[in-house]
Amino acid sequence: MRFLLDDEQVAFGRALDRMLTAAGTPGAVRAWARGEHGPGLTLWRRLAEAGVFGLAVPEAYGGVGPLPVELAVAYERLGRHAVPGPVVETAAVAALLSRLADAGEPGPAAEWLPRVCAGEARLTLTLPGGGPYALDADVCDGVFVVREGAADEAAEGAGADSGGTGRTPASRPLRRGRLLPAPPPRPPRLFLAGGHGPVQGSVDPARRLARPVPGRELPLPGAAVRAAAAHAADLAAFACAAQALGVGRALLERTVAYVGARTQFGSPVGAFQAVKHRLADTRTGLEFARPLVHGAAVALAAGAPGAAAEVAAAKATACDVAYAAARTALQLHGAIGYTAEYDLSLWIGKARALRSAWGSPADFRALALDLFRE
Amino acid sequence: MDLDLTPGQEAFRAEARAWLAAHVPPVPPRSLETREGFAEHRAWERTLAAGRWSAVTWPEEYGGRGRSLLEWLVFEEEYHAAGAPARVSQNGVCLLAPALFAHGTEEQRARLLPPMASGATVWAQAWSEPEAGSDLASLRSVAVRERGGWLLRGQKTWSSRAAFADRAFGLFRSHADPGRPPHHGLTYAMFPLDAPGVTVRPLGRLDGKPAFAELFLDDVFVPDADVLGEPGRGWRVAMSTAGDERGLTLRSPGRFLAAARRLVALWRETADPADTALRDRVADVAVRARAYQLYGYGVAARLAAGGALGAEPSMNKLFWSELDLALHETALDLLGPYGELADTAGDAPEGGRWADGYTFALAGPLYAGTNEIQRDIVAERVLGLPKGRGGG
Repeated sequence: MRFLLDDEQVAFGRALDRMLTAAGTPGAVRAWARGEHGPGLTLWRRLAEAGVFGLAVPEAYGGVGPLPVELAVAYERLGRHAVPGPVVETAAVAALLSRLADAGEPGPAAEWLPRVCAGEARLTLTLPGGGPYALDADVCDGVFVVREGAADEAAEGAGADSGGTGRTPASRPLRRGRLLPAPPPRPPRLFLAGGHGPVQGSVDPARRLARPVPGRELPLPGAAVRAAAAHAADLAAFACAAQALGVGRALLERTVAYVGARTQFGSPVGAFQAVKHRLADTRTGLEFARPLVHGAAVALAAGAPGAAAEVAAAKATACDVAYAAARTALQLHGAIGYTAEYDLSLWIGKARALRSAWGSPADFRALALDLFRE
Repeated sequence: MDLDLTPGQEAFRAEARAWLAAHVPPVPPRSLETREGFAEHRAWERTLAAGRWSAVTWPEEYGGRGRSLLEWLVFEEEYHAAGAPARVSQNGVCLLAPALFAHGTEEQRARLLPPMASGATVWAQAWSEPEAGSDLASLRSVAVRERGGWLLRGQKTWSSRAAFADRAFGLFRSHADPGRPPHHGLTYAMFPLDAPGVTVRPLGRLDGKPAFAELFLDDVFVPDADVLGEPGRGWRVAMSTAGDERGLTLRSPGRFLAAARRLVALWRETADPADTALRDRVADVAVRARAYQLYGYGVAARLAAGGALGAEPSMNKLFWSELDLALHETALDLLGPYGELADTAGDAPEGGRWADGYTFALAGPLYAGTNEIQRDIVAERVLGLPKGRGGG
């Protein structure tokens, strides 16, 4: 057993850090939030050059993957620098199309994945269980939609209200735990959307959400779509967990620096025990969330039957930790942390948004119970 | 990065599993915090030692198997999964033995380790004093130079296992030096609890069981051979192994993993599936137990690769102490009206394991340096925040 990153993986993470620091990422994030995608797309091409998008793509389609451990390393860095755009979604579509190719349907993979590796295609998707909104559909080349059978089609049109419950009923079956009752699944179908509804704001201004407009169906057997979508859901949750870990780390680092410099009552705020203890808890939370993310990576790499539960444990925990880090960061910065002008806001909103992305904390906890299946 | 055991390690796991299946008593012994239970646990230590499983990381010459930290983690997983008894010799094996390996003489190791491994000598720790809990450097008991050894005087308290144990180890102020910091001039001494001058007064823990004791020391003679490390440098000896107490070796992941597995099974058997709040809590602690297991693998891998521990034991201690409480609190809530039954109650579920474990877990955030102290350590040594205990 060697449950450690190797030198190359560590170096890869450091190289991404350097690149993203030098690239002035916060400016690109703010522009992206305004709908000005130029600087973000420049960043996207650099990430492609660094090999980030090839990690989720098999060699047959121009990639080097799938390499879940390297994905964990890369996506933690993307979170740490608050990189905008459908980074998780593009990887999830790559997983979806790769699995379809494995199931004997190589067409979509051959069409899209080489362009993904080259940084020339941005992809996004909605999956049963992930909610009705596609992230950054307005800047994507392909918007994929997996839907549970025909009955939901009418209810999930662009801008339409899917019944007003906000509980995305059609989205349960692929991600439910054993104890979440769900309607009997209908064969899932895969669509390439023809467009999207109006862009909706997120609590993270850099996340731009829209409902896909039903487009053309890619006629594939339901069983293959189901397996591929379940795998894509795992990959999305996994990449999201790694990203959340990076978000939490950034929030902690920035807050430690701030409380070390800021003085009140004649001493650095960071000398007060109440402040230290919140930060120690944040650090401890991150320390124990990381092995779950890496454990999920190892399980995914091995194609282990328990991988979904490992991913769920990582997703629930990393997103909890990131969110707690955001609350701590805001509290310890005081009012300055509450302003949009101050860069801390880039991570505070993201920590909240990632928590419910691809399934709620309760969904993932329920799935994680399978870690202890008899 | 991988989680695969080598064929040798897999064989080790299989051997441990088979031995435990054949030897773990079908009826668990009574609580080791009672006189009868203590004797039953001591008998179990003899069985373990006869199978050479009482100290798997020790060299073979002392009764160990010379296995790695990772293999010890594997053994612990099997040990707790098999429902084997709590270790009455834990203070010795986990806290004193590492100090003996690091600072003891060959004579001390040869004399003290084998009976420790066999349960013939059960050790109590004598760190705390009435005025020195987490602030160990402020202790006042003294060791006074005497021909061929030292005379111990003073009072120790909260000495775990001391009510029924054979010997104790602790720190004593031996070199008066007002100009030096308080952790200088301390000596690490070992003494029999039935030596002339020692009075043991058992203290009841919350449920009344004598889990620890006060020790009154009135000119207790300790020969030089029973001083560990250099006299006056006891702080260094104690601190070099303090990480063991907070770290993995005292509270192995296997212990929490087995409890999590039992908790999830209990929940599947008894809980209302519609109670999603309870399900959330069960899942949350199960995930934390898994996180602790994986963290242990990471630490073992890092140490095997030549890395060193920094302040990780402090984070570790924060994590396991809160995990242990959460596991048991959740179980008691799951048990509903049966949750309040003491471990001695005939109706107590699972022979009272949850109730006894709960009482034990309540102490976790207090001992081995309070969690507040651990948070200070993490904040100052890991995050680099300024020193100071200022209010606020």
